[in-house]
Order: sequence, then C-alpha cells, then structure tokens
Amino acid sequence: MDKIRKNKTLMKLIYLVLTYAVVQVLISTGIITYYLQDILTTICINIILAVSLNLITGFTGQFSLGHAGFMSIGAYVCAIITLRMSTTFGFIIGAIAGAVAAALVGCLVGLPTLRLKGDYLAIATLGMSEIIRIIAVNLEITNGAAGLSSIPQFVNWVWLFVFTAGTILIISNFIRSSHGRACISVREDEIAAEAMGINSTRYKVIAFTMGAFFAGIAGALYASYFYVIKPDTFGFQKSIDVLIIVVFGGMGSLSGSVISAFVLALINTLLQSLAEVRMILYAVILVVIMIFRPQGLMGSKELSVSTLSKVGQIFQPRKGGDK
Amino acid sequence: MPILSVNKLTKSFGGLTAVSNVNMELEQGELVGLIGPNGAGKTTLFNLLTGVYVPSSGTITLTKDGKSKPIHGLKPYTICKEGLARTFQNIRLFKDLTVLDNVRIAMNQNVKYGLASSFFHLPSHRKEEEKLLHDAIELLKIFKLDHKKDELAKNLPYGEQRHLEIARALATKPILLLLDEPAAGMNPAETAELTELIGWIREKFNLTILLIEHDMSLVMKICERIYVLDYGVVIANGTPEEIKNNKRVIEAYLGEEISNV
Repeated sequence: MDKIRKNKTLMKLIYLVLTYAVVQVLISTGIITYYLQDILTTICINIILAVSLNLITGFTGQFSLGHAGFMSIGAYVCAIITLRMSTTFGFIIGAIAGAVAAALVGCLVGLPTLRLKGDYLAIATLGMSEIIRIIAVNLEITNGAAGLSSIPQFVNWVWLFVFTAGTILIISNFIRSSHGRACISVREDEIAAEAMGINSTRYKVIAFTMGAFFAGIAGALYASYFYVIKPDTFGFQKSIDVLIIVVFGGMGSLSGSVISAFVLALINTLLQSLAEVRMILYAVILVVIMIFRPQGLMGSKELSVSTLSKVGQIFQPRKGGDK
Repeated sequence: MPILSVNKLTKSFGGLTAVSNVNMELEQGELVGLIGPNGAGKTTLFNLLTGVYVPSSGTITLTKDGKSKPIHGLKPYTICKEGLARTFQNIRLFKDLTVLDNVRIAMNQNVKYGLASSFFHLPSHRKEEEKLLHDAIELLKIFKLDHKKDELAKNLPYGEQRHLEIARALATKPILLLLDEPAAGMNPAETAELTELIGWIREKFNLTILLIEHDMSLVMKICERIYVLDYGVVIANGTPEEIKNNKRVIEAYLGEEISNV
C-alpha cells in the first residue's frame, strides 16, 4: 500500500518535471515561437480558470457565471502592485494579493448568494461580475474604461508552470479529501448531505472562495503577461468562455478541463485563418460535440497516473508473477 | 431520563396542521414504532425531529451523556452532530457516488484534519483517511456490502440500497436512529431479514431507534412500544398488544362503522 503510493507520487513528479523540461527545451530552441508562447499562456490561464470554475460548478454543483469578475480583481490588484513595484518580488506579492482579494470578495459575495439555487445563483453571480466591471470602469486607480497598460511583464514559462501545476494539484488534492467529498455530496443531494451532518453553506462558500482565489491567480498571470488590461477584457463573454471549457471537458473532471482547454485552443488556432467564418465554425463544432457527448469529453472520469501507466503497459511485454 | 422528549410539538402549513400537540418520550435503548394511516403526519414529525422543518411551536430535547439540549429549530447538520441520524422514505443516497464514498461522506463531521491538510495531503490527512477507509469497510461488512464498495450506489439492487442508507446513517455515529419506512418495497423474506438486522444493530451500536413502518409484521415483532398518529395527533401509545386492541386505532385504520360491528 505504502509502496504503491510512493510509486504514484514518484510517477506524478516525473510527469511534471518532464512536461516542464520538454516545453522549456522547445522554447529555448525556438520551436515554440512568440506566437505559440501567447497561445501557451492563454491555455495555461484557461486551465487555471476552468479547473477553479469546475470546483464550483462541476464538483460543488453551484452554477456560477461570475468567474471573470474574480479574474479581473486578481488582474487589477496584481497590475496596480507591479506598476509601483516592478520586481519579481513585486509580481509574487501582486499575484498573491490579487488572489487573496478575489477570494475575499468571493467569500463575501458567496455568503448571501449561495443560499440561492440554480438559475437564481447564476443571475446573482452574473450581477456580481458586472458590478466588479462597472467599479473598474469608474475608479481612478484602475484608469477607467481605458484600463491599465505597460504593466511590467514577469510571467514566463516557469511561472506559468508553477501556478498551473500548483492549482491543479491543490484542487485535485482537495477533491480527494473528506472536505472535497463533502462538496460533492452537496452537488449530489443537498438534503441528504445536511442530514448526514454536512454544513452545505460552509462547503459551498469554501468552494466558491477557493475558486475565486485561483481565478485571481489567473487574472494576475494575464495582467503580467499581456501587459494591457481593460474592464471589457473581463466581461460576461469571458465567464461564458470559461464555462464552455468546463462543460466541454466534463463537469466534475479536472483532467477534462485541462484537455478541453487544450482542444478548444487548438480548434481556435486552426480556424484563425478563416476570419469571419471562424466563430460560426467554432460554434458548430461545439454544438456537434455536445450532441454526441453531452457529458463532455471526460464525463466525470479522471485521467490519472494509474490510467497513464496502464496505457504504458500496452507497450511492455507482460511479466509473469505480478500479484 | 428519556433520551428524546418531544413536548407539545406543532407544525402548521398555512391552514393545515400536519402535526398537532405531539408529546413523545423515548428511553435509552428503546425500539419504538410510529404508525398511522397515510397522511397522518409521520414523515412531517421525522422532518421536525431532524431539522428539515422548523416547528411552529413546542420543544424537542435530546439527552446525550446525561446532558439535555433543546434541538428544535437547529439546522439538520447540527442535529446530526448531536447524534440523531435518519434514513429517508424514498431512498436519498448519493446515487452517482460509490458505496464507499456514501459512507465516508457521512463520516465527514468527525474528520480531524483541516483544509490546509487537504490541499497538500499532509501526513495528518493520510493517517485520518486510512482510518476512515478502515472504519467504512468495517461498517460495510456488517451489511455485507464491503465487496461492492466501488460500485455506484445507483447500481445496487433495491434492498441493498436500503441497507446502504442505514449503513450511511450509522456512519455518523448516532445515539438515536430514525428509520423512515425501512421495509418499503421489500418482499416478506427481505423484510424478515431486515427485522433481524435492525434488532441486531440496536444491540451492537447501543442505539435507540424510532421507526415509521406500514409493514405490521415488522412493527409488531420488534417494536417495544408504538405511537399511533392520525391527522397529526397521537391517538394511542403503548405496547403492540395494547395497540392491536385499541378501539381508536382500529377506527383510524378501518373506519368507525366496522369497529362497531
């Protein structure tokens, strides 16, 4: 039992280091061009957003349309701090402060709104993200509708990797703990969960706050990589984009969210040359996939290290005498 | 000192009084039945006891380790922590989760590690999870469900789903267990087996049990005392023998004219 667990941890570490190293080499050798780096960054940011929204919507069952609002808080806080403190240390402070600010707002907004259910909650969270956008338009420190520009760029592959992998690890650890199971039980049957001693409001607020925290991180990465942010960047459309990634990958599947962020970015990039038809084709592809796989690419299944090693075993000759 | 005492409990929905002035006392270790015709207010009474509804008036007091505590108006999860667990009339399992997870979720309230430990899977998390797994499997063994721990709850046969619901309720470590029609939809052989099981878990877990049931073979066989509810009012209370011969109970079930014959 202990040996299997250690093996699994080791395999995870190997996969992580491998992913990091391969991409790093590709960037250093120039195979991943600046253009591809932009796409890579977008994918990583989308993964963080999708995985954190999946925790709220897919695992805890709370339909939120306000994810872009939390992202914008993270982006603005990080931008404002790095504009005044243009060092790597400033960026780290900014990213963490942004995430914490988003989490605080998430917690404050979550306490009253998470008593609502289904579409009512969706409208309330949508309203919240609109309020955040309007505040950003009207404040002086955010420079109104023009937004902030020439934000110092600190985000490179190292930071992207650290934050993306960290987000996935923390959320997947959380899901596989007793607290995570409590969140899932709230999605499954709130009345039964409460009768089994689970404080459903508490777990909804925890999920919402965690989701907001990581959305804040995603916002900080966005601000620091693309060096221009405007209130409109984080509008309703952005929340919907994230929701599409989650639904497309499978509600309640973290690996689904990751794969779907990749696939959708790929489809988007491939269609880039088609200009006007692009959005129509993108929508058609989405509709077709949702017809044939309504549960999303992965359903609620996960791609785990053990499935990966099963795939690996196909290529190995069977050894006799395993237990 | 009674483990549960219900005093003048009333619940009205608008003009309808579903439960009216109910008094009830359960002693430690008793197995008590709650019967009555359809719509008599039995499940409403359960929902009041478990905090799903807030009573319009009256009190509910639970005594645990010699200390009495009013539990009316508390949230369901707080009442569950106080030691009152239940099953549902129409099974409410976490259908899309595994048998094991259904039981482990009910153990959540006794889990000792915090959020930080769950983020990073610290040693405290690992130790506690191993204990949870062990306890959950021990509990499933009692219901002969341990070999099905990785099945989804919805894929179990009906009888086993009823068993799993009882196992899940026991996982919360209750002192008082409320069973809402545990034998509903079971055949006579399954009911007989369940009857034995209920008696056995009462001894094993040192429980007090209150059960709603329509199957009189089960009620008359294992209940030491029976409360009869009709139109929200307790019309009788006594041993199975007394209830069988109670005139008002017969009237409630069969109608006045027949009992006059």
